[in-house]
Amino acid sequence: MEAKVVLSLENITKRYPGVLALNNVSISFQEGEVHALLGENGAGKSTLIKAVAGAIDIDSGIIEINGHEYSRMTPALSRSLGVEVIYQEFNLVPTLSCAENIYLCERSENSVLFSAREIEKKAVKVLDQFGVKIDPRSMVQDLSIAEQQIIEIAKAVSKNVKILIMDEPSAPLSVSEVELMFKIINQLKQKGVTIIYISHRLEEVFRISDRVSVMRDGRYVTTKNTKETNRQELITLMVGRELKESYPQRKKTPGEVALEVRNITGNGDRNISFSVRKGEILGISGLVGAGRTELAQLLFGAAPMESGEILINGNPVRIHSPLDAIQHKIGLLTEDRKGQGLFLEMAVKWNISFPIIRRISKYGVVNTKKEDEIAQKYKERINIKTPSLLQQVINLSGGNQQKVVLAKSLAAESDILIFDEPTRGIDVGAKQEIYHLMSELADNGIAILMISSDMEELLGMSDRIIVLCEGELAGEVQKENFNQHYILDLASGIH
Amino acid sequence: MSIQTMANNTFGTRLSSILKKNVPFLILIFLVILFSFIAPNFMTFGNLRTLIRQISFAGISAVGLMFVMISGGIDLSIGSQIVFGNVLLAIMMIDWKLQPEVAIPLILLVGTGLGAINGFLCIKLNIHPLIITLGTSAIFKGMGYIINQSRNIMGFPDSFRWFGQGFVWGIPVPVIVLILVALIGAFILTRTYFGRQIFALGGNEEAARLAGVDIKKMKVLLFMICGFVSSITTVLLLSRVFAGQTITGQGIEFDCLTAALLGGVSFKGGEGSVFGLMVGMLIIGVLNNAMQLATFPDFSQTVVKGSVLLIAVAFDVYQKNRKAKETVARVATSA
Repeated sequence: MEAKVVLSLENITKRYPGVLALNNVSISFQEGEVHALLGENGAGKSTLIKAVAGAIDIDSGIIEINGHEYSRMTPALSRSLGVEVIYQEFNLVPTLSCAENIYLCERSENSVLFSAREIEKKAVKVLDQFGVKIDPRSMVQDLSIAEQQIIEIAKAVSKNVKILIMDEPSAPLSVSEVELMFKIINQLKQKGVTIIYISHRLEEVFRISDRVSVMRDGRYVTTKNTKETNRQELITLMVGRELKESYPQRKKTPGEVALEVRNITGNGDRNISFSVRKGEILGISGLVGAGRTELAQLLFGAAPMESGEILINGNPVRIHSPLDAIQHKIGLLTEDRKGQGLFLEMAVKWNISFPIIRRISKYGVVNTKKEDEIAQKYKERINIKTPSLLQQVINLSGGNQQKVVLAKSLAAESDILIFDEPTRGIDVGAKQEIYHLMSELADNGIAILMISSDMEELLGMSDRIIVLCEGELAGEVQKENFNQHYILDLASGIH
Repeated sequence: MSIQTMANNTFGTRLSSILKKNVPFLILIFLVILFSFIAPNFMTFGNLRTLIRQISFAGISAVGLMFVMISGGIDLSIGSQIVFGNVLLAIMMIDWKLQPEVAIPLILLVGTGLGAINGFLCIKLNIHPLIITLGTSAIFKGMGYIINQSRNIMGFPDSFRWFGQGFVWGIPVPVIVLILVALIGAFILTRTYFGRQIFALGGNEEAARLAGVDIKKMKVLLFMICGFVSSITTVLLLSRVFAGQTITGQGIEFDCLTAALLGGVSFKGGEGSVFGLMVGMLIIGVLNNAMQLATFPDFSQTVVKGSVLLIAVAFDVYQKNRKAKETVARVATSA
């Protein structure tokens, strides 16, 4: 079966100061296929799609679309050829409605006037084909991240898309939403749209893709038919060495109850009770919008609690602010590390020491020697890769940024750590390191709450899982009863 | 560009990176050399002393403003705070017959209070400080006019003359005050945890909140600091002019803001240094002074000042973009 090639890249090279981001890369993509692009952070995937989208100028090489060769690509040209990219950072106007976002810059055929009703009708049609209920009049800023993602897809689909590039589309989505996205992808595929799918999650690659190309260190490694390969082979190709994606075994059994929550209500959550022991990893599952992040905010004092009780080591405590939480040795690693976790333009060491900056000050003056020691200690302990502790955090890779967030909480000597989506958007190698660190922390007697939308990770890491559904506790599952379908049913409110 | 920038430890590139980081300082040196050639009476001891004294008033307030700006805020009411404080201080000493040693601490307290009003309005109304302080600016100035009742209040004790007109070892007192305020400001910003929290607040407010910083308290405190520092300027200016009138101090925030932006204090917060601020202040001082020596008409001076402010903002934006581009390039290669 000889399929038609719609996009072909030949010997693409792109050089940045000090780095060869793309080194003679040649890949071709066929009509109507889902082509996964795999590679660790820094492999050059993002640079490659930017080249196709015309967001950057390539130094040499040829981009061939539908038989026409281009040595220079511009965003407008790329668009006109039917290429659409959904980036990890959304290109949405938060203060406009969904319909307006989907049809941004598009003119009505019949009238010079802008008709909100007309585009709303069109938007409903597009959204209906996805089978989702989003009011086209609601403002994008009021939507959840998953819903915003769907608007992004709708935006691309509403144009005459021929090649759809998706960069980590499943990262912010929960399991059922990923299913929905797969459905949409299959619909598009039937229509002959080529989908280039970038993801760190291997099981998705196997679920959805027809072929998979692997990149490493700016170079093209190989392309495989998805059916003829397996995860171990792909991982080996990606990292260039044998690496087992596995979840570390824990050495110790959990101890006494560290944190107990009784009937807490607030921030959209109602009447939630659970407990977590020292040395235990409690997984928190649920769909996007089920109130998981909201629960973390409640426990951390970042949102007001209306009623209920929090007990730490058996003693009732009052947590009204993040400062209270920190003083009770609770640490929160937020889902949105750039927006809420890090000071991107500050040095690595300033970020690490910030939560304890008062503690290492005398008469208000920071003890910089102590600060350096602490930063150095955690840099080594969790292996943060940075040329210097003075480096601005913005210059680190996603995995290392996440480690800086973790170092912050460790420096504060937290006994209870809340991880909200700890491995979102970070590569396989860094994920492994995070898993090992979490496991090691648990063995050292720290109580861990882990919110995750990655079911595999949740099942692999947790000792116990609680499931939230629409702001309420839907159930609790012990390790011996772990079962993906059962948890999904609970999360969907079936049981 | 690739090969040259890759070898970034050659002498040439290192020099250019040092120069890029110190553009304002180079501009200052350029202006000083330029004017010493054009205006023969520029490079005299007397003139330079006058120049430094001229900028010391706005310079002191600028330190307070910088604290607010690094945290991501702004205070446009500085000039009006001085207008009000200036008249009130004159009234205290003349109408209420208070001694300077009583009146001065009181006015420092009042100035801090005006700052607190700004801060409280900001956190209660949750509107950008630009708008809040634009409003309070009109209010403070108006109150100054009301209590002044169109008088020119004079007749202060001679002991009050020292603050604005005196010298210590040949150095004007306001200059010494400026140096002290700048040193204390720099110490707080770079060495204390409070300083670190100010940068954090301006860098990422939500991250600061989640790291346990009481951001509302911080905001009020920073406006109070700004008010306090500006009331020092109030005292010095009244002593310098030696007559309580509503014109004193009006529009001073313009020079403060320009100096801050010229000196690398970011409009968005999170960045700034006292050294940069002082360089910015000196650039303004040199320009003002040169224009006066050249007997530029007042209105033309205003045009020049406005242009300098815009150039300073453009420079701030340019640097931001350049940095963003560099970061994009780096992240694109590593992500």
